[in-house]
Amino acid sequence: MAANPMTQFEVYRIGPEIKVGAFDISFTNASLFMVISSLAILIIFNLGSKKNSLLPNKIQLLAELSYTFVSKMISDTAGSKAKPYFSFIFSLFMFVLFCNMFGMIPYTFTVTSHIIVTFVLAAFIFIGVTIIGFIKHGIGYLKLFVPSGVPIVLLPLIVVIEIISYLSRPISLSVRLFANMMAGHTMMKVFGGFVISLGVVGGWLPLSFSVALTGLEILVAFLQAYVFAILTCIYLNDALNLHH
Amino acid sequence: MVKKIFFQLIFFNLFFLKEVFAAESGGMPQLNPEFWISQIFWLTFTFGILYIVLSKLILPKISANLELRKSQIQENIEAAEKQRESSEAKLKEYDDIVSKSKLEANNIFKEARENALKEINAKKETLDKQIDEEIKKVEQEINLLRKGASEKINKIAIETTSELLVKLIGTEVNNSSISAIVDDLSKRNGDKYYGN
Repeated sequence: MAANPMTQFEVYRIGPEIKVGAFDISFTNASLFMVISSLAILIIFNLGSKKNSLLPNKIQLLAELSYTFVSKMISDTAGSKAKPYFSFIFSLFMFVLFCNMFGMIPYTFTVTSHIIVTFVLAAFIFIGVTIIGFIKHGIGYLKLFVPSGVPIVLLPLIVVIEIISYLSRPISLSVRLFANMMAGHTMMKVFGGFVISLGVVGGWLPLSFSVALTGLEILVAFLQAYVFAILTCIYLNDALNLHH
Repeated sequence: MVKKIFFQLIFFNLFFLKEVFAAESGGMPQLNPEFWISQIFWLTFTFGILYIVLSKLILPKISANLELRKSQIQENIEAAEKQRESSEAKLKEYDDIVSKSKLEANNIFKEARENALKEINAKKETLDKQIDEEIKKVEQEINLLRKGASEKINKIAIETTSELLVKLIGTEVNNSSISAIVDDLSKRNGDKYYGN
């Protein structure tokens, strides 16, 4: 009866097929929402930074609150050494947040519900953080895998576990965001389908559920963006301040 | 009834739209690698532009705005503090001036009072002296007059007596004997006649 709840995640081409060599880089609905999210961020923050009044207007306040929010998040988790990476983490947080939030509008496409997108972001962060760690600490960055105060007997095991947990970082980071977004949207779609199949008589219960889920999903959309950004900060902290 | 049909119309419309968009069904579209390259490319492209514009143009402006506001507020606070201090100093000055002028006024008043008292005393003294002198003079005069008066009265008495004797008896009596009697009388009854 109801449409397949997974069809909402389908990617389709908008406009002509674009091929570079063997690669298909056609403009798709996913690309469209990436562009929309980026443009929305740029427009909002451009408006928010345009003029500087002592008493900020609403949009300026929004931009400045976001700025201080992210800057406080970074300084709390990664310390003052992470300042050069502020722009990147800010862009990352805003990009994920806006993609998540645009996905909450009905009949839109959620960019972050695709494992390939989140994985590319996570892999980029992973590789970047590893490179930063090796640049800052040289070969000593490998000490990250050898926690201090561990008995010698346990050391081989601990090192293996640490290496596995380090290597699984991009996977856990990307799957967390992707799975959260996909599960939430699938569930909303399922409940929306119930509303239709039960009709006017019995559809009110799933409809109210849908309304409640929308609120929850908006919270999740923000929370997942925050978690994504704060985990990036924590990984960066490991690379910048080698504590182990 | 009309409402129901209306709602169903809307829902069915959406349903058909969805059917049009859904190219294929079954499985997770996320795992279909058909558009992976496209997504990676567009992600890199859009996120790259977003990062560059944010980090080069927008974020520095926001941070500058925040810094400017912070410094402006700090400046305003400092200026307010300064003004408060200066106003306090002025208030103190004002109080000083008021208390000083009060003291001065008191002094002037006291001085004026003393001067006035001194003048009054001096005048009083001179007046008293004058009065004393006048009184003395008058007393002397009175004394002179009194002394002169008894002699004159004696003389009048002697002359009157001699005249009376001439008229009564027709003989002249020696003036010296009469004057001896009058003197004696006046000495005895002087107090009674002149009083004191």
